[in-house]
Amino acid sequence: MAENMIELRGLGKTFKTSSGSVTALEDINLSIGEGEIFGIIGLSGAGKSTLVRCINYLEIPTSGSVIFQGKNLGTLSDQELREARREMGMIFQQFNLLAQRNVLRNVTFPLELSGVSKTEAKERAIELLRMVGLEDRIKAYPAQLSGGQKQRVAIARALATRPKVLLCDEATSALDPNTTKQILELLKRINRELGVTVIVITHEMAVIEAICDRVAIIDQSHIAEEGPVSQIFSEPKTRIGKQLILGDAGKNVEFGERKVRLVFDGNVSQEPVIANLVLACKTPVNIVFANMKEIDGKSFGQMVIELPADETERSRALHFLAANQIKYEEVR
Amino acid sequence: MDSQMVSMMWEGVLETLYMTLWSTGLAYVIGIPLGVILVVTEEGGIRPIKPLHDILGFFVNIFRSIPFIILLFLMLPLTLILVGTQIGSIAIIPPLTASAAPYVARMVESSLKEVDAGVIEAAKSMGASTWQIIYKVLLPEAKPSLLVGAAIVMTTILGYTAMAGMCGGGGLGAIAANYGYYRWQADVMIVATILLVVIVQIIQELWMRGAKASDKRIR
Ligand SMILES: Nc1ncnc2c1ncn2[C@@H]1O[C@H](COP(=O)(O)OP(=O)(O)OP(=O)(O)O)[C@@H](O)[C@H]1O
Ligand SMILES: [Mg+2]
Repeated sequence: MAENMIELRGLGKTFKTSSGSVTALEDINLSIGEGEIFGIIGLSGAGKSTLVRCINYLEIPTSGSVIFQGKNLGTLSDQELREARREMGMIFQQFNLLAQRNVLRNVTFPLELSGVSKTEAKERAIELLRMVGLEDRIKAYPAQLSGGQKQRVAIARALATRPKVLLCDEATSALDPNTTKQILELLKRINRELGVTVIVITHEMAVIEAICDRVAIIDQSHIAEEGPVSQIFSEPKTRIGKQLILGDAGKNVEFGERKVRLVFDGNVSQEPVIANLVLACKTPVNIVFANMKEIDGKSFGQMVIELPADETERSRALHFLAANQIKYEEVR
Repeated sequence: MDSQMVSMMWEGVLETLYMTLWSTGLAYVIGIPLGVILVVTEEGGIRPIKPLHDILGFFVNIFRSIPFIILLFLMLPLTLILVGTQIGSIAIIPPLTASAAPYVARMVESSLKEVDAGVIEAAKSMGASTWQIIYKVLLPEAKPSLLVGAAIVMTTILGYTAMAGMCGGGGLGAIAANYGYYRWQADVMIVATILLVVIVQIIQELWMRGAKASDKRIR
């Protein structure tokens, strides 16, 4: 990984409200490298939005610092801060397009703000709209576009000032699965072709798995764990990590004593593991949940099984797994 | 109705429009900045300055609660300085403006507050300054709502121009009052009144259509 694009050091944010103070972030330390796609995942209210808004100083942290390209944002003047923000594009769940401007003028908007000439701005906007596949809708108004198209416009707009970083706060949460896939593809392409560092905020593990290199899990204002996506997937250390990895489909899985999560990487997933286990140990197991994923181009399988209540049968099953080099962990 | 009557009515129409348009225009010249300041400086606004917001809000409320007829008399010395006379149609423009401006300020304030906070946030994320947010986001995004407000303000002011008769001014309202009330010529009063109603309807209709057509959210 090249040098750090963004560094968060001991970042904290406490909101003062009439009913007392709310700590949204506490002691957040993260380094995000140049050119990577970094995911931040957490449940609702974990502090994700507050965290991205601190990264571009829309929210001023109450402690710690944000270092962007070696500059501490907290030490900049208003003018310098506005210039720094132009190097960080941002897209939102609700798109936030200007409703009274057409597509073209939405994309030229940030260029107008920074004083780029009209003709130059128009050229740049059309180039970007071509890239996101909307060059034939430049005269349309946001109300005439679908959600996916609006997000494409928002992406083109965020890239207009040639930012180094693109911050995405739940950018696909208002979209259907198919559109989500297309938008994620687009973000990946932007990262690859333009070298833009992308920070993806989401509550869906599927989004992280689809495009991120590394991920940080945020839980109750703290970073619970962070690391490469495949590592977090195969060996989550925290309860919240396990929860998020099972995802929406697995949210009905009750964690408990006898539940074990198995992870198979590409090689093992060819073999009939469970059948072998049942045959070898002569004990039935109950499959609670299972699915397959593609992470970093490798396929991973995960399965939650319920082991027999009997102590010796249970340890026999666990021994079988260990002997066959199948990664497992108890989910409780 | 003879031709003399027709020309009097025509003059009345022109004078009514003259008073209405000037007062509305001037009320907006004063009211828009006040409304903008109220929104921008409020708590959680794009540039919160609580003391300024509170003081301004206080004066706007005070001015709004002074009855127009009282304001008309209270302002006479100031009117003389501003327009050089205390009588005639022109003399009613300063008090009309003064009584409409705070009302306009509140209308503008509520229109600007309708602008989606997410859009303002997006503009900030692009490095927009406070001033840029005001004239490139708040005002343009609120335009349809501001236009609807302007229709209401204009027709209200039009109604108030009838008071011009109180200070020797003209217009349809004054004609209706003078002929109908003081000289018992009901026909003149009725014609003048109908004309007033028609003008209000026309302004309302055309203006609202314009406001709707300018709104890019509906389609
Ligand atoms: N302006 C604010 N004033 C007071 N409290 C706030 C403010 N913004 C956020 N919070 C609180 O901070 C915590 C974190 O909020 P945040 O919006 O960052 O969560 P999130 O992870 O983005 O959630 P979601 O997935 O629902 O968007 C919440 O408890 C929230 O109530
Ligand atoms: Mg959020």
